[in-house]
Amino acid sequence: MPQTLFEKVWNNHVVVQNRDQPAIFYIDLHLLHEVTSPQAFEGLRQRGRKVRRPERTLATMDHSISTLPRLLRVVDAQAETQLRRLEENCLEFGVTLYAMDSEHQGIVHVIGPELGRTQPGMTIVCGDSHTSTHGAFGALAFGIGTSEVEYVLASQCLLQTKPKTCEVRLEGVVPKGVTAKDIILALIATIGVGGGTGYVLEYTGAAVQALDMEGRMTLCNMSIEAGARAGMIAPDETTFAYLCGRPFAPKGAAWEAAVDRWKKLPTDPGSTYDRTVTLDVSQLEPMITYGTNPAMGIAIGAPVPAPEHFEDPLQRAAFEKALRYMDLPPARPLLGHKIDVVFLGSCTNSRLSDLRQAARLLRGKHIAPGLRMLVVPGSQAVKKQAELEGLHDVFVAAGAEWREPGCSMCIAMNGDELKSGEYAVSTSNRNFEGRQGAGGRTFLASPLTAAASALQGCVADPRSLLEGWT
Amino acid sequence: MATFRSLTSRVVPLPLDNVDTDQIIPARFLKVTDKNGLGDHVFSDWRYDKDGSPNPSFVLNDPTVEGAQILLAGDNFGCGSSREHAPWALVGWGLRVVISTSFADIFRNNALKNGLLPVVVDRAVSEQLFALRQADPQVTFTVDLAAQTVQAPGDLSVSFAIDSFSKHCLLEGIDECGYIFSFLKQIEAYELKHP
Repeated sequence: MPQTLFEKVWNNHVVVQNRDQPAIFYIDLHLLHEVTSPQAFEGLRQRGRKVRRPERTLATMDHSISTLPRLLRVVDAQAETQLRRLEENCLEFGVTLYAMDSEHQGIVHVIGPELGRTQPGMTIVCGDSHTSTHGAFGALAFGIGTSEVEYVLASQCLLQTKPKTCEVRLEGVVPKGVTAKDIILALIATIGVGGGTGYVLEYTGAAVQALDMEGRMTLCNMSIEAGARAGMIAPDETTFAYLCGRPFAPKGAAWEAAVDRWKKLPTDPGSTYDRTVTLDVSQLEPMITYGTNPAMGIAIGAPVPAPEHFEDPLQRAAFEKALRYMDLPPARPLLGHKIDVVFLGSCTNSRLSDLRQAARLLRGKHIAPGLRMLVVPGSQAVKKQAELEGLHDVFVAAGAEWREPGCSMCIAMNGDELKSGEYAVSTSNRNFEGRQGAGGRTFLASPLTAAASALQGCVADPRSLLEGWT
Repeated sequence: MATFRSLTSRVVPLPLDNVDTDQIIPARFLKVTDKNGLGDHVFSDWRYDKDGSPNPSFVLNDPTVEGAQILLAGDNFGCGSSREHAPWALVGWGLRVVISTSFADIFRNNALKNGLLPVVVDRAVSEQLFALRQADPQVTFTVDLAAQTVQAPGDLSVSFAIDSFSKHCLLEGIDECGYIFSFLKQIEAYELKHP
């Protein structure tokens, strides 16, 4: 019987499947960070349990850390306690921790792939909804709550009910200036923030195959913003080329054997999905959100909808509430709307290709007067490589702040935040009310759109700046 | 694990779709290392004005909801982040049931592990329940997990679906981690076959 990528990975990790009960489901890699793990370790301690497979567990610090130079690293006493607790827990339970002084530290969903810990066919969990990122490698990767973090620490297993599958076919060739971020924002605008609930998405089609691994990670990263537990992409030569030689990737004969195994993962011809959604990416434009959830997105030159656009009274109420919060008029374009801050970072868009794209637009120019731009690389490795390429000099010369790796203004737990009423163009993943600081207002967009907007001091279309780009 | 059997309670109405976990508990309250006290901050940015005074137009500041254990919410409740702090905060405030037309997957999982019952009803029933609450702020609903029903005045009784395993765990207070451990031999055998 032909199987989808998801079904192959699912079947390979079912330890026990009894009728009318969830499966006992094996987890290959468990990623930890400081915010969603302390109560789980405390639970282990109270029940006298150990971490069953510490070698399948990896911790880093990303959410509540300062991104200022490491000597100025104190956010506040509570954050310090949380970080110290992670150090103590990892020491006590024998878990590898890439702490703030480690060359491997970074946003958990950036370091897993770049270290080669993330591999095709794996099951990967983390107490973080953007764990879906790792699905770019053909892994089944999803976010869990802290109770489940404790279960996986203790048993390396979860109780799981098999989700449904949805194929997202991305056809065509993206026009210049349209990135993976624009594709995923367009998809979410089409199917809605609850459109993927209960499903694992598999992205297929020529436009997916054409993406590099960093673009694929951006795509899978925001699957959760459509409500899907996970997004997956079949591994191919692009995947293998990315992983080859990474610190934790298999070596020598083991590498050859692994690639042979991984080549069997793609969905078999004749397999069926519970649902299929098709999007022609050749028609897309750069996307931007105007509202307070990621589905409230429009093509960058389009007007914000008018209330009449929403027939359903609850949807219309949500739209009107969003525009009140954003202090935006309906039926007007966002282009030219003044902004205060540009944030380039987050597990969605803080990798080298994101920084390179933004730097290419900013090189030799200066951001608009009075505008604040934060550039926060996703990991120490990204930061180091960016500095070797001189990207940090481009950002600093343009008037941006070049920071240490972390989640930063995506979640605004660490002092990097918008002031109430400020507008930001942000490459992060959530524009919820207050997400980037109480009262702050977020327009989600790609690194290209963010850089173009930084130069102009307002929401800007990057395409006019791309002459000569191939 | 916390148990849930049945309760009769007044209702907190929150007729908004796509309420995300950043609204339920903003990220700045996630720097804790335990689960206590989060109820004080539930819906903080809607509940309090910038100067910290209660926002009188937000439902949790309405005296009629004091002591209510049922939240009547809009579609796709709990979308966004995986933070279990969201159900910890709702339970911390005193809620034990959320009624909605759908829940985000991770929130639903997290709620069940904290004795917070997610009840899914269809849109027509949801509208009926909101109308009952609007007509009478003191109205009470009875939610019975064993019978899988929500009962409201006017002989309204609707059944709701829940998978049998989650129901059993809530009724009996099953420790799910202990349940997983009861399959330890099979887990060990799996690991031998999948090094």
